[in-house]
Amino acid sequence: MNGETMTKETTDEAAMPRPLLELRDLAISFKTGNGDVDAVRKANLTILPGETVAIVGESGSGKSTTALAAIGLLPRNGRVAGGTMLFDGEDITHASEKRMIELRGSSIGMVPQDPMSNLNPVWNIGFQVKETLRANALPHQKKDVAKVLTEAGLPRAEERANQYPHEFSGGMRQRALIAIGLSCRPRLLIADEPTSALDVTVQRQILDHLDTMTTDLGTAVLLITHDLGLAAERAHKVVVMYKGQVVEAGPAVELLTNPRHPYTQRLVSSAPSLASRRIESAKERGQASDEVLANEESTGSDDVIEVRNLVKNYKIRGELGKSTEFRAVDDVSFSIKRGTTTAVVGESGSGKSTVAKMVLGLEDASEGSILFDGVDLTSLSRKEMFAFRRRVQPIFQDPFGSLDPMYNIFRTIEEPLRVHRIGNAKEREKKVRALLDQVALPASMMQRFPNELSGGQRQRVAIARALALDPEVVICDEAVSALDVLVQAQVLNLLADLQTELGLSYLFITHDLAVVRQIADHVCVMEKGQLVESGSTDDVFDAPQTEYTRSLLDAIPGAGLMLPPEVA
Amino acid sequence: MPENTKNMPTVRGAKISKYPIEHFVADPEDTPIQATDSAVSTEAPVSLWLEAWRNLRTQPLFLISAFLILAVIFVALFPGLFTNEQPNAQCMLANSDGGPAPGHPLGFTQQGCDILARVMYGTQSSLTIGLFATLSIVVFGGTIGAVSGFFGGWVDAVLARLGDIFFALPLILGAIVVVQIPFFRENRNVWTIVLILAAFGWPQIARITRAAVIEVRDADFVIAARSLGVSRTGALVRHVIPNSLAPVIVIATISLGVFIVAESTLSYLGIGLPPDVMSWGNDIFSAKSSLRSNPMALFWPALALSLTVLSFIMLGDALQDALDPKARKR
Repeated sequence: MNGETMTKETTDEAAMPRPLLELRDLAISFKTGNGDVDAVRKANLTILPGETVAIVGESGSGKSTTALAAIGLLPRNGRVAGGTMLFDGEDITHASEKRMIELRGSSIGMVPQDPMSNLNPVWNIGFQVKETLRANALPHQKKDVAKVLTEAGLPRAEERANQYPHEFSGGMRQRALIAIGLSCRPRLLIADEPTSALDVTVQRQILDHLDTMTTDLGTAVLLITHDLGLAAERAHKVVVMYKGQVVEAGPAVELLTNPRHPYTQRLVSSAPSLASRRIESAKERGQASDEVLANEESTGSDDVIEVRNLVKNYKIRGELGKSTEFRAVDDVSFSIKRGTTTAVVGESGSGKSTVAKMVLGLEDASEGSILFDGVDLTSLSRKEMFAFRRRVQPIFQDPFGSLDPMYNIFRTIEEPLRVHRIGNAKEREKKVRALLDQVALPASMMQRFPNELSGGQRQRVAIARALALDPEVVICDEAVSALDVLVQAQVLNLLADLQTELGLSYLFITHDLAVVRQIADHVCVMEKGQLVESGSTDDVFDAPQTEYTRSLLDAIPGAGLMLPPEVA
Repeated sequence: MPENTKNMPTVRGAKISKYPIEHFVADPEDTPIQATDSAVSTEAPVSLWLEAWRNLRTQPLFLISAFLILAVIFVALFPGLFTNEQPNAQCMLANSDGGPAPGHPLGFTQQGCDILARVMYGTQSSLTIGLFATLSIVVFGGTIGAVSGFFGGWVDAVLARLGDIFFALPLILGAIVVVQIPFFRENRNVWTIVLILAAFGWPQIARITRAAVIEVRDADFVIAARSLGVSRTGALVRHVIPNSLAPVIVIATISLGVFIVAESTLSYLGIGLPPDVMSWGNDIFSAKSSLRSNPMALFWPALALSLTVLSFIMLGDALQDALDPKARKR
């Protein structure tokens, strides 16, 4: 009701142009096995011609569903249950499929989320652009295709058009998709998480280019993202959705600096940014984190893990059975002090995950050595390796893949205890209960299965499993990057608490610099297998020494917008 | 953060609209926020199998096929409940090709045996062969497939080529040849037929298992288990195999039907079960000669065979829908 009065005001404004897309009290419901589920309720949204509007929300908030409804591409079991959708004044709420096909492409374009799966691998890029042009009755000669691709920033477009999607990098594929989305000069472009699968530096290039193009063409953009910083930086107007409802909408910068709805406030305060500081749970327990660090340093070089001149070569198949060597990790050295967090940061292909695998003992190093408590891992026998496994534990990125779907939570967390023959059944159960308590999950969770848990809960189960053997080092491989912002903050806090409580050392592998700032004491920046910079977190962030680190820092969306609460 | 302003643009982007944008805030009463990632739930825990079962039990395809299969199993266990005749004892040539008579609702075969009794008792051997042939291919083929998929390398190369050799031999043709071996010729019974069918049937299950294992082998939870200290074999048995079972169950159910057909085919060709063992295949074979005068003698065992096979294939279809890995991910 609140929204209705608002839209009235909007249309009353004399100087206002007619909105390009207007959603009024939109409701969408899905038919499921357990009856109808409301995915979107009473959503209002107005996009003026040429304006960029961002919908921000966590997974399941209904942001993508809203956008899909606007181009009539709801999944089969979904339907518009109420409200109206107007496109340039025309009611498209229950428009015929024929009319929607006319609108799609020519009036409303779409850039999908995942550049890896949204291009057809059996056709070359040029064909896929041509297909779109032809479907919308536009000239589709070779030169037209090349022109479209050039506009999207693909160099040597004529040649590139003959290549296949697998020959393109992620960024290039996304450019091709943008080319397709904009090829028919739509008046509205819907971009659903257009860059969330890409590295930050590539993300920035792509978004910059998208900005320039849409500004030149006067295209309005509906940007869907989970990243508040990105939304604030790229949009005129930000709409925050939560559980299918619009909780707050307004000018981007104002919404960010002066959030009024409790959810937005929570979102803004837990969004990781460069301005945030190390999570200091030690301080809360009456001990300054500087002191902790100082203590560590005073005890001498108490390095839990020391990596020396690590090299990893992979053989890749070349022509005619000849194999060439590919150096994934090139002469990397760093060390992790006991009780601290060292982060390894890099973009995809930088070799950071390979380093993690070698430290875990899952891959052998080609050259160099890894010392754990002064003992070289390569010299360990099978039996000693088994003992080593107890002391170093991993937490993986994908919370949906790292738990065995057939095991309930109790068996999942109990497994390491059983494998290492610790305690009898009763003691093990007690330990599992204690572990669940440590990760703030109720004991009633024990009988549940991973498919019943949310991503954050699964990740907490994974942490509990990793802690079951009382390890000294925990290796987090992108442990929070698949989680929603609020859940991510929760898990990071949990990790920080556990660190002070149990004196854990973390090796944190991530691509997200903002997260690094929140959790790490030391940072190593990797690029193409090499360590380009390392130092304390504050030093690296405040005074980056290399161009590469600087470009990484610079590319973080909303880097300049997100201010720490005390400054704002 | 003044020291790093020179490295960062102060406010990049920050688009300001030409038109006023009002700041809309929903009533917090209307949009209550729940605790982040609340873990409290009162619902009973649901495993993947339970979920599949819940999905299954509403499917008509499953209900029909399960009912038919249960009926067939019941008949196989207690054939005496459905007929008063002892199928072989009371064959009287006087009744040859006789039509339905009191106590003999389906009539008689050429040899004067009660058709109903023969069909009911014939269930036993068909089902036994189907069941045990399937069990043996699942155990043998499944193991080979799992080992070759999980360990890869030369183990895989050797086992996969071995499977290909058997795969290249058509089941019926292979069986015809094997039955000529003196040992099999002299000991034709249910178990030798199971052995023959299993010998040519295992590569299919091995292939399916191998593919399923390869898919799961590199999953994060397997790597997690390995880094907890679980051995390779332990990871295979405890994590990989349970997660690769779904397609194997589907194919096994369908092959159960296929094996029942194969047994009947062999018996029909006269190289399956010996004539004194009752089976649908034998009955169809012996009814062949009186096809024109007494088609019913052929119709009833053939109907029993088709219904049984159809119900297993339908069950396989229903299971596939319920266990489909894509549907699992919600």
